[in-house]
Amino acid sequence: MSERIGVYVCHCGTNIAGKVDIDKVVEFAKGLDDVTLVREYKFMCSDPGQSLIQKDIEDGLINRVVVASCSPLMHEKTFRNVCTRGGLNEYLFAMANIREQCSWVHVDEAQTTEKAKDLIEASVRRVALQVPLTKREVPINPQTLVIGGGIAGIQAALDLADAGKKVILIEKEPSIGGHMAKFDKTFPTLDCSACILTPKMVSVGQHENIELLSWSEVEDISGYVGNFNIKIRKKARYVDAELCNGCGACWEKCPGTRVPRKGNVHEKLSLGPTTSIYMPFMQAVPAIPVIDTETCIRFKNGKCGICAAVCERNAIKYDMEDEIVEFEVGNIILATGFQTFDPEPVKRYGYGRFDNVMTAIEFEIMNCASGNTGGKILMADGKEPKSIGIVHCVGSRDKHYNEYCSRVCCMYALKYSHLIKEKIDAEVYEFYIDLRCFGKGYEEFYDRLLGEDVRFVRGKVAEVTEVPIEEAEKGKLVVEVEDTLVGMVRRIPLDMVVLCTGLEAHESLPDVAGLCSVSIGKDGFVIEKHPKLGPVATATDGVFIAGCCQSPKDIPDTVAQASAASSAVLSMITREKIEIESATASVDEDKCSGCKLCNSLCPYLAIKYDEEKGVSVVNEALCKGCGTCAAGCPSNAISAKHFEDRQIFAEIKGILSA
Amino acid sequence: MTFEPKIVGFLCNWCSYTGADLAGTARIKYAPNIRSVRVMCSGRIEPTFIIKALFEGADGVLIAGCHPGDCHYQEGNYKALRRHRLLQRILPEYGVEPERVRLEWIAASEGERFATIVNEFTEQIRELGPLGVKESLAEAMKDDIDHHEEHIEESGAANEA
Repeated sequence: MSERIGVYVCHCGTNIAGKVDIDKVVEFAKGLDDVTLVREYKFMCSDPGQSLIQKDIEDGLINRVVVASCSPLMHEKTFRNVCTRGGLNEYLFAMANIREQCSWVHVDEAQTTEKAKDLIEASVRRVALQVPLTKREVPINPQTLVIGGGIAGIQAALDLADAGKKVILIEKEPSIGGHMAKFDKTFPTLDCSACILTPKMVSVGQHENIELLSWSEVEDISGYVGNFNIKIRKKARYVDAELCNGCGACWEKCPGTRVPRKGNVHEKLSLGPTTSIYMPFMQAVPAIPVIDTETCIRFKNGKCGICAAVCERNAIKYDMEDEIVEFEVGNIILATGFQTFDPEPVKRYGYGRFDNVMTAIEFEIMNCASGNTGGKILMADGKEPKSIGIVHCVGSRDKHYNEYCSRVCCMYALKYSHLIKEKIDAEVYEFYIDLRCFGKGYEEFYDRLLGEDVRFVRGKVAEVTEVPIEEAEKGKLVVEVEDTLVGMVRRIPLDMVVLCTGLEAHESLPDVAGLCSVSIGKDGFVIEKHPKLGPVATATDGVFIAGCCQSPKDIPDTVAQASAASSAVLSMITREKIEIESATASVDEDKCSGCKLCNSLCPYLAIKYDEEKGVSVVNEALCKGCGTCAAGCPSNAISAKHFEDRQIFAEIKGILSA
Repeated sequence: MTFEPKIVGFLCNWCSYTGADLAGTARIKYAPNIRSVRVMCSGRIEPTFIIKALFEGADGVLIAGCHPGDCHYQEGNYKALRRHRLLQRILPEYGVEPERVRLEWIAASEGERFATIVNEFTEQIRELGPLGVKESLAEAMKDDIDHHEEHIEESGAANEA
């Protein structure tokens, strides 16, 4: 054979060389068939390392390349580019993963070295049979889909729209704004949340380049980078957006109740109207109400109709139906955000049993000036609390629930202390494990709180109970906690307890991520392309992430990531074209018996039966190269390019040759 | 000399190979007996790959793909499951214990799971001992494999041409 294979063994500093006997491996590689040269280098991915390969190719010494180094997921692209630069087809390159799946995971040096040899032999045998393939170029549709209208989605959409690119922003709630719209103040600057968010929401609503679809959900995503086809379900609002002017007559008269009755002051903790036809909050964008069909009397027994009667513009349409709309976009930004941990299963904290045990979000809404208490902090009986306990890490840093730190709770807890002190000057206890004030101005804020007479107790709360032991505990909520700084168990009687519930990925994320073929980690958040160097991209080209769908984060980090995601999208759009994988499937028409088995195996409907020729044909534009058809073809007529049977057979032989 | 099982892993690119890489990044140690072949999807794994591996001297084969519902290509892992089930029924006919071919779902985040499975499987195969029927298997399947190889060499040559 005329194959001249060059094998390059990387030391990766001591990452590989520390566990693999490089000299032995090099000697071994020299003895393999078709190998004409073997080189070793400290860091193959470095500039001089890459130049070694490029020069050998240019000098005509080699016409196939094997690099034994890290995982192909790490540097396959790097070395493929080297081949291209040297004038060699990039598909004549193979990688042997002797780091992630060899030197890093085994203890015995002799065995690690043996494994490295086997992996290299497999790659050498495989590369000898690889064939050049031509890259396909596809155009990139300049339109982008942003999923989620919280601050992450808003920022990403505005960045793109301001750059003159069309954006489709979809939000499953009736209004954009997300969690930030529910906050009164933001830490540590104590900016008014609505004051900084509302202008952005309004610009989204008015921007000529943004098509805002609220009260809508993604139904289906198909296609690939640059050319996604999107199906969106616009849920029926039962209010005609064209006619409605948001006057509010409907919800003022509506007799239905959307917010469950508790029979006390806390029962109406909601920012917008608590009626069945409602706006989520007054600054909603779009400012159009929605009917909650679960509680609407008209939808339950057909007997009401007051909203339609009072609407002067006849905007109420009870017969409205869900509508499916379709779009084509080039890139997708996932910004599905978070939901807070539900503390109900943590029975010992008494949420749901005791009126005055609240979640952080409920307390947030209570503090919000547009909430139904008008921003007043009140107990269920309507009185002002004299003492409030703030319990940190509820559902975070807890192996029973979520192991990770939710990052923002310490800071919002400190913000609550400040708000309580400012508004009612009640006694405040912060029960914390560690205070994590990591951001700009955060430690300073904590320091300021130390001077505001807030009691800090270091210890995880064991229980919140109503059972008194002493006289002073009667009629109070008693927090039992081990004060680890004092070294004793304390019982602290309080009027109100706020649980700092952690952040979890939104429950809608798995479905949406599934539609985009993006993986979810065991913590429930999206797995990014690289935890350090690819925090806004995903393993699926053309799908980017922003905000809390990746991990819990505060507003500045979310906004930064959203802008990063939109700039990544912009760089794709500006390129106009993108090269995509050429490792698709192809049918050998002479062998195809026309059984059509593959037609139904293909998940992308990329294989069609050609009636005239009597054979199946692959549409390369649709094929994503999974190879399922090749594996299923009974007459072996389909070959999965770059993963051909003979290439994989050669790899198996190489692995097992020792 | 003690018996060191040879295990071939067929890992899908998106979940299981990434999971195996994660075990590396997290420096989780596991038995060095496995050598993996990366395929884009577990749906690409043909039963002949597995037979070939056993035929070439593997004592066990691990097939790993994305968890059900998580396949990067929507449903390739279900195809792998079906093929695995079928193969499990055929293997005893050739005198191969079906436990030698194991199918697992390993997500990109499950580095630890990958390591645990490899350790477990290595021990299981160690207990089963070397695939003693290697020679008889070779005899029994000679026709099938040779025929298949001819077949693919032809197709390979055709591709290159």
